[in-house]
Amino acid sequence: MSKRTPLYDIHVAAGARIIDFAGWQMPVQYTGVLEEHRGVRSRAGLFDLSHMGELFFSGPKALAALQQLTTNDVSLLTVGQAQYSLLCRDDGGIVDDVIIYRLNEGYMMVVNAANIDKDVAWISARLPAGATMEDRSDNTALIAIQGPSAAAIMQKCTEYPLDNLYAFEAAQAKIGDAEVLLSRTGYTGEDGFEVYIYDNTYASVIWESLMKAGEPEGLLPVGLGARDTLRLEARLTLYGNDIDETTSPLEAGLGFFIRFDKGDFIGRAALAAQKAEGLKRRLVAFNVAGRGIPRHGYALYSPSGAQIGQVTSGSYAPSLERDIGMGYVLTKFATPGSLIAVDVRGKARPAEIVKGRFMPANTRRRP
Amino acid sequence: MFPAELKYTKDHEWLKAEAGNRVRVGITSFAQQELGDVVFVELPEQGAAVKSGDSFAVVESVKAVSDIYTPVGGSIVEVNQTLADQPELINEDPYGQGWIAIIEMSNPAELAEQMNADDYKKLIDG
Repeated sequence: MSKRTPLYDIHVAAGARIIDFAGWQMPVQYTGVLEEHRGVRSRAGLFDLSHMGELFFSGPKALAALQQLTTNDVSLLTVGQAQYSLLCRDDGGIVDDVIIYRLNEGYMMVVNAANIDKDVAWISARLPAGATMEDRSDNTALIAIQGPSAAAIMQKCTEYPLDNLYAFEAAQAKIGDAEVLLSRTGYTGEDGFEVYIYDNTYASVIWESLMKAGEPEGLLPVGLGARDTLRLEARLTLYGNDIDETTSPLEAGLGFFIRFDKGDFIGRAALAAQKAEGLKRRLVAFNVAGRGIPRHGYALYSPSGAQIGQVTSGSYAPSLERDIGMGYVLTKFATPGSLIAVDVRGKARPAEIVKGRFMPANTRRRP
Repeated sequence: MFPAELKYTKDHEWLKAEAGNRVRVGITSFAQQELGDVVFVELPEQGAAVKSGDSFAVVESVKAVSDIYTPVGGSIVEVNQTLADQPELINEDPYGQGWIAIIEMSNPAELAEQMNADDYKKLIDG
């Protein structure tokens, strides 16, 4: 039974091509993936992310519960701060990747749309007395605005001084009559905001206000197609492609978000053991030399022709103007600068492992 | 949308008869729209022999990989190399600058067997 966000009619009226994504009817593109992608990097784009999940935690044991459930250190958050984190299984496999916010009245965990039911069940089974979880996904809408002009456009729509917010910081604010949480976060590598709208009946009017305010700057609506090419260029993992229950965050290069010293958490022992033993494989990013688009599942080879792993994400990168990908390879081939090959439908396309990012990020980091 | 002078296949290729048993091949406006932005074309080798039903090229959009089939047998005599640098021509001008290859047919009767514009339109609408 396919669900629709409050913005569905607006997307259809704007000429969006609708696809099914995780049980939701979502816009995959409006004018075209390439134009939308380039529009975000040069101006700004507007995304409907209302299909994602928002879980609210409260009660005297809320912090303790979240510390047990996640890998990052929730106690480091002051009110208005957010952190990227992982829900792991006992064996270290990733249940979901999430963002956790500390709010005035407790904590909000934002989860992937495809994992809402799974996460709610997982957490409910492990929630101690003294901690309450409320699933507000269905009532909460989420709109993201991303790009170099995002802040200028958003400032026209709210009185809250956006200069107060750096990356991974959020504040309660108003857009018109609507109470929202303005979060300086995103999935594109650009500056921008994710706007959590607590009463989703305001979603349409907020979308339309932003579109109108953004007209002089050339704001355009952006679908899931460009959302994927943007996050890949920003070297951000996608649950279900690059990470899942069979991958550990250490293998995925997400060790920065594991705080072994914060105390016990689900998966801690397994991850500590992995770290001690050394990893058998690692997630790497690579540039294809010449042309050849890597796609999920394509084999990766060493220079001698032995299979060493496989592609988890890949695409033509519109801003880089080349083909790129990510995938797991045996650790000894995971060094930046190493040459590998991608099997693109029977042809071996040479590629080189990238050190760090594909391109610089433009997020507003606190100096 | 579907020029009357062309022939069409059920796999959304168009064919244009040219001099000396040659036929120019591309994909239709319906096909390019379904694919989305074309980002790569795997072109055939010049001189390659093809049989009716062979995949002779691959057109890739961001999300999809699409084999392009020839309904006629023969050999590839010309390849649109411009598509290597400008794959978007398939979206922008599918019947003109977006042509993919020219085939010299070994059996010209195979061209006459293909659909005309009206039949192709019925296929799309139906």
